[in-house]
Amino acid sequence: MKTRIYVTLKNGVLDPQGKAIHHALEGLGFSGVEDVRQGKYIEIEHADGVTDADLDAMCRKLLANTVIENYRIERG
Amino acid sequence: MKSAVIVFPGSNCDRDLAVAIEEVTGRAPTMLWHRETELPEGTDLIAVPGGFSYGDYLRSGAMAARSPVMQAVAKAAECGVPVLGVCNGFQVLTEAGLLPGALMRNAGLNFVCRPVALTVENSQSIFTSRYDAGELITIPVAHHDGNYTADADTLDRIEGEGRVAFRYAEAVNGSARNIAGIVNQAGNVLGMMPHPERMIGPEHGGADGRRLFEGLLEAVA
Repeated sequence: MKTRIYVTLKNGVLDPQGKAIHHALEGLGFSGVEDVRQGKYIEIEHADGVTDADLDAMCRKLLANTVIENYRIERG
Repeated sequence: MKSAVIVFPGSNCDRDLAVAIEEVTGRAPTMLWHRETELPEGTDLIAVPGGFSYGDYLRSGAMAARSPVMQAVAKAAECGVPVLGVCNGFQVLTEAGLLPGALMRNAGLNFVCRPVALTVENSQSIFTSRYDAGELITIPVAHHDGNYTADADTLDRIEGEGRVAFRYAEAVNGSARNIAGIVNQAGNVLGMMPHPERMIGPEHGGADGRRLFEGLLEAVA
C-alpha cells in the first residue's frame, strides 16, 4: 500500500526558495505567475495494518516540522 | 569540568568544539557517538556541534534530533545540565523541541561564511555571564539555514523573558528580529548560529567566543 504525504510551509512563513523559483520562472518569460511555494512530497510503502493514526504520528514526529509546516496525508 | 561533545554522522565542528573546551577548561571532553544512549556519569556540559548531520536530509538537524543520544541529552537538559548547541547544533536543539522556533533557509539563499557583529542581549545567563549586556562582539558564522523563525507570540514571549542571548548587529540571514542565539526557559540550554569555538584566541583573529566557555566553566565549578 502506498500513502502520499505532502508537506507545505504554513501561511505567513516566508519561503525564500519559492521566491527564487518565482523569479526564475519570470526570467524564463512565463508571465502570470503570482506566487510560488516550495514543499516536499513523500511516498511511504507500508503494510495494510498501518493505521491513519500511525501515519499522522509519522508526520508529527518526523516528516513535518509543525512549527513551520503543514502536512496532508493521502492514504493509498 | 566534565564535558561531552555529541558526534553525528556529518558533524564537522565537533573537533573545533573539543579543542576550545579543552583549551579553556583544561580537560578534554568525551566524544559521544550518536548511537550512545547514556551520557558519561557526572557530565556537566553537553555540546552539540556544527556541521551537516545526516547530510541535512529532510530538514537541517531533523534526523539528528531523533537519534538515540538525543533522548539522553533531553533528559540531562531537564535536570539542568548546561547544553550548548552551535550552528547545526542549534538546528538539532530546535528540531528536538529543546528550544522554540525553527531555522530556515537564509533569506538571501546564500551560504553565509564570515565574521559578523553580534550584540550580547542578556548577560545574566550561564553562557553570557562574562559579557556585558549591550556589548558588541565579533564571531564568525558559516551556515545555509540560519534564518530563525517562530510565530509572533513565541517571539514576544522569548523577548519578554530575556531569552534572546545574541542578536545580529547587521543583516546576516533574515532571522526574525535578528535573533542569533536563544536560551530555553530554564536558562540551561543555548542555541546559537555563530561559532564561538572559532574565536578563542589571537590565532583565530579574536577571542570574543572564549568568554562563553570561561563563563560556563565558572558556572559549573
